[in-house]
Amino acid sequence: MSTAAYPSAQLMLEPAANGSEGQLLEVSMGPQHPSTHGVFRMNVALDGERVVKLKPVFGYLHRNHEKIAESETYLGSMPYTDRLDYMCSITNNWGYALAVEKLAGIVVPERAEYLRIITGELTRLQNHACLIGFLMQDMGASGTPLMYAFRERESILDLFESLTGARMMCNYMRFGGCRADMPAGWLEQAQKVVAAFPRFLDEYEQLLTGNEILMERTQGVGVLSARLAVSAGISGPMARASGVNYDIRKVDKYGIYERFAFRVPLGEHGDVYDRYMIRLLEMRESVKILEQAMRTIPAGPIVDPKLRIRGFRPKAGEAYGRIESPKGELGFYLISDGSPNPYRYRVRPPSLINLTVLEDLCLGHNVADIVVILGSVDIVLGEVDR
Amino acid sequence: MLGSGILKGMVETARNFLGSYIGKDRLTTVQFPEERLPQIEAARSFPFLVYDGADWQQGMRCVSCQICEKECPPKCIFIEKSKDKKPDAMGKPQFYPAVFDIDISVCMSCQICVEVCPFDAIKMDVDFELSTDDRFGGLLFDKQRLSKSNEYYNAIHPTEAGAVDAHFAEERAKLEAKTKAALHAKLALAAEAQVAGGEPR
Repeated sequence: MSTAAYPSAQLMLEPAANGSEGQLLEVSMGPQHPSTHGVFRMNVALDGERVVKLKPVFGYLHRNHEKIAESETYLGSMPYTDRLDYMCSITNNWGYALAVEKLAGIVVPERAEYLRIITGELTRLQNHACLIGFLMQDMGASGTPLMYAFRERESILDLFESLTGARMMCNYMRFGGCRADMPAGWLEQAQKVVAAFPRFLDEYEQLLTGNEILMERTQGVGVLSARLAVSAGISGPMARASGVNYDIRKVDKYGIYERFAFRVPLGEHGDVYDRYMIRLLEMRESVKILEQAMRTIPAGPIVDPKLRIRGFRPKAGEAYGRIESPKGELGFYLISDGSPNPYRYRVRPPSLINLTVLEDLCLGHNVADIVVILGSVDIVLGEVDR
Repeated sequence: MLGSGILKGMVETARNFLGSYIGKDRLTTVQFPEERLPQIEAARSFPFLVYDGADWQQGMRCVSCQICEKECPPKCIFIEKSKDKKPDAMGKPQFYPAVFDIDISVCMSCQICVEVCPFDAIKMDVDFELSTDDRFGGLLFDKQRLSKSNEYYNAIHPTEAGAVDAHFAEERAKLEAKTKAALHAKLALAAEAQVAGGEPR
């Protein structure tokens, strides 16, 4: 797959070279199509309504994240990671903090680990809720499901604001801990939000899961086989919907996830409906983790008091830290040469790598299914283009 | 039965619609400019400079050490150090910023300047209604525009400002005790000299 934009004069395919009877039509969907989830373009060749070829074109939101990070101090890159996947800035912070902690051998205090799990799982809840809302929006259910999701997200963002100071660009994690401790009454408020969340999930299931239109539009659409998912490096809910049992929270046991009882839901067919269901089930598991973590959070420091913010210079070496972000495996690869800024900084973005199979998912489906399939992949262009 | 799923969904939307007439918690939005949600204490928008006392130039806490300028990730702070010195809150002569500009069109509200400041001089504001039609001058805040009093800081972030004030009071008490001790030592030394010297002159 090429990432280069096609010159407009050059056709994507030779009209005579294929076996179709009618003429093929080339449609450029995006970059400002309302259902492309950002500035993302798809060059689609259509035989009637059927997709015969699809080329994703991206890079419109490229902002040189990796190169900027190489001239920035280690801490200076932390606020930039918020802007990768701007729906879930806290998990981005976590991935980067994990990589730097591996590089410098920093130990995180107990309470900070709990805070990370609580904020990270809250991030997963709001991301999945919104994703389902956007998916329904793509399908034409304009408004209702998305607004219900936003209503629930609002309460979680309020929690983030009173804890970290910002609703979306949280900049919360630090190397060896977290930046701020819970203010008074925060835990009770969070417990209330989490306790009310299953009710919202039931509401969502009532509203959507048995809906005949939804089933008709999503079942058997955009099937991703487990084989292709593994060979293409697909991770996260998308791989699990195809039946690949791969969750980094279970495989890698980063943080303190092994202390909590939760299950990994798996799909069977790998179609859009399975991807929708997986997210609903994962939210229920996240609620379980949150309930356990909030019950058992210990007192103590949230960051190692010996650590200094300024003048951070890890020893020469390299490290790869990865976490299960709501979208998949989010990894940060760092090489240090002992100077205050990294020699090499590389992000493994789940959105980009999950997007690479888009053509395989869309081939043979109608043009109206493309937006539904794209919606179920769960991309954020801030992370795809970096 | 075909259509039962849709009907169930319709019941759900109807319940939400009718519920908004009964339960106040169902109404999650406010009519913004007239109605406002309470300001969350930890919220942050853009940095400002704290000054003590009544005069913003006299009481400016910033000593122009330029750490925030160096550490700012998008490099939106510009500082020029003064040539002369003025006494700071502790009475020690210190440099002050001759120029202190923050380009808030570049600032990304990350709070790193606040974390690295050793003098508690730069803090985060909560004011967000800053839109202007002057995209260059209107968004480049100078020293005077950035300066806000300690009372204002106490009003927007009471917990944090209280801790800072307590820390300052402690420092001042320590300094006073030290000067007092030094004075006592001096007096004692003088008295000793008097005793050793024999007759009073």
